[in-house]
Amino acid sequence: MTMKKIAVQASNVSASLAKHPVLHNINAQFAAAQWTSIVGPNGAGKSTLLKVLAGLLPYTGQVHLLGNNLADLPARTRSLQMAWLGQNEGGADDLTAYDVAMLGRLPHQGWLAAPSAADHAAVEQALKMTQAWDWRARALGSLSGGERQRVLLARVLAVQADVLLMDEPLLNLDPPHQTDWLHTVRRLVARGTTVVSVLHEVSLALQADSMLIVAQGRVQHHGACTDALTHRALEAVFDRRIAVHTVGGMQLAMHVTQASESFTVTEMTKIKHAFNAGIPAQRGIED
Amino acid sequence: MSRRSLWLTLGLLVVSVLLVLAGASVGSTGFSSLQRAWDDPLSRQIVWEIRLPRTLGAWLAGALLGLAGAVAQGLFRNPLADPYLLGSASGASVGVAAALALMGVSPMTQALAARLGLTGAAFVGAVLAVLLTLALAKGVGHTLRLLLAGVVVGVVLGAVSALITLWSPEILQAMQAFMLGSTGFVGWASCGIMAVAWALCLLVAVLLSRVLDGLSLGEATAQSLGLQLPQLRAALVLVLALATGTAVAQTGLIAFVGLAAPHLVRAVVKVRYAALGWLSALMGAVLLCAADVLARWLIAPQELPVGLLTAVLGGGYLLWLMYRGQALGAARNT
Repeated sequence: MTMKKIAVQASNVSASLAKHPVLHNINAQFAAAQWTSIVGPNGAGKSTLLKVLAGLLPYTGQVHLLGNNLADLPARTRSLQMAWLGQNEGGADDLTAYDVAMLGRLPHQGWLAAPSAADHAAVEQALKMTQAWDWRARALGSLSGGERQRVLLARVLAVQADVLLMDEPLLNLDPPHQTDWLHTVRRLVARGTTVVSVLHEVSLALQADSMLIVAQGRVQHHGACTDALTHRALEAVFDRRIAVHTVGGMQLAMHVTQASESFTVTEMTKIKHAFNAGIPAQRGIED
Repeated sequence: MSRRSLWLTLGLLVVSVLLVLAGASVGSTGFSSLQRAWDDPLSRQIVWEIRLPRTLGAWLAGALLGLAGAVAQGLFRNPLADPYLLGSASGASVGVAAALALMGVSPMTQALAARLGLTGAAFVGAVLAVLLTLALAKGVGHTLRLLLAGVVVGVVLGAVSALITLWSPEILQAMQAFMLGSTGFVGWASCGIMAVAWALCLLVAVLLSRVLDGLSLGEATAQSLGLQLPQLRAALVLVLALATGTAVAQTGLIAFVGLAAPHLVRAVVKVRYAALGWLSALMGAVLLCAADVLARWLIAPQELPVGLLTAVLGGGYLLWLMYRGQALGAARNT
């Protein structure tokens, strides 16, 4: 077995928010050119972990980014290597979508230099990737929640960093645009980009290469999304209120309600058949 | 810069020239002073020594306040932020009140107050107030703490200047003139000081505009984009303090220009902070210059305090903007 290259590594990382300990001795490795999703119940410390990995919160322990200690990296180098998308980024209502995406190019620009041709090309590419190019001249404040999120995603993509950390990137996105996002992530990963995303939609999170399951500020499990052990850990961390089924080679998390608990084997088979019927369309995202 | 902001720049510059011409023609002796300016030394003196410097002074003070308003709103990520938020206005009031009161105490204090001058006292007061705010907020690391400290310093220093006024009732009238704002005392020297401060502040603000752009997406995002926030924020606070302190020292407290100018610009164009700072400065300059001309013309040969006019006009316009915004929002939602 070949050793996987590690893009981001957390060693014994602990962090607090307002003096309240949130992360306890986190050890995790995020493989390069892979997509890892971080999943866990509310308050597990997922967003805090992502912020620590992005170097945006004080922590104890060590974080390594592409082999370098994060604490020793100059801010500019860090921001070129790693881009971060926060949850509910606010403000900027008066900037146009284009200007917001151009903010992603800040790490590439000198203090006095006007945006270069490469900056404009990166912004155009990013806005087109998230289908936000058509309203590039509109102010962010005039966009709907989903449109706004696509501009913010474009802002992260415009950085063209090797590592992308995204907190709830699918917030406010409708299903077609969620699918587009999966497609984009697959393309980025194929090109060698490392993607780490916090997702609360478990079925979407299961589309990743691997999954880091966090609860109460501790890593509960880290494994491939196709691994049955990951599925069992996922069910356990959500108090068995969800059940993970592999259908047609894809992982599907279902909410366990009274109704679904009483599904008969025949009914379950019907659901699988119905799901399988829809698979070709879904598969399109991997082509 | 977009075509629309270029047009706005051009428009504001043209209006500025017209306002300066209007400012040179308006006053207690009316338009005739301008007509006779070439032949009559007295008329020339009126136009050259009084009207022109105060008109240009109004333009410059407005430009400083407009720029400070744009910086304050970006720095605090709040469209309601005002350039006086860090306590500079109330600090300047305390400085002026103290200087006025000292004039009546003893020959020594009178000499000290005269040497410093009311302008110097106002500037020292404004700078000390900002330093006090920074000390209370333990630096510029925490925006909300900075904002709260500014409000506290504003309230406490406001009370201190009221107390000084109570102790020395003879300064009441002079204090009132300062509190209402006036361009009446602005000469060429004041214009020079304001022009230098404006050029310096504008240069730094435009250089740091990308920090304000980055901050508009939140502090964490700005940090993730590689911006060294503590140092950059300190530089912006310095710009804010210098611009506000200089304007207040020369013209007293002029309300609403700093708050309204960036809003007026945003109502016309959506631009990044480099252009917003520049356009807000021009807008503030036009606002205050227009208010100054109006203040001198409305009840000529007497004049109104210009701060009163900016408060009424600026407040009225913001209210209209707000209601129009609500109406538009309601129309969009239905």
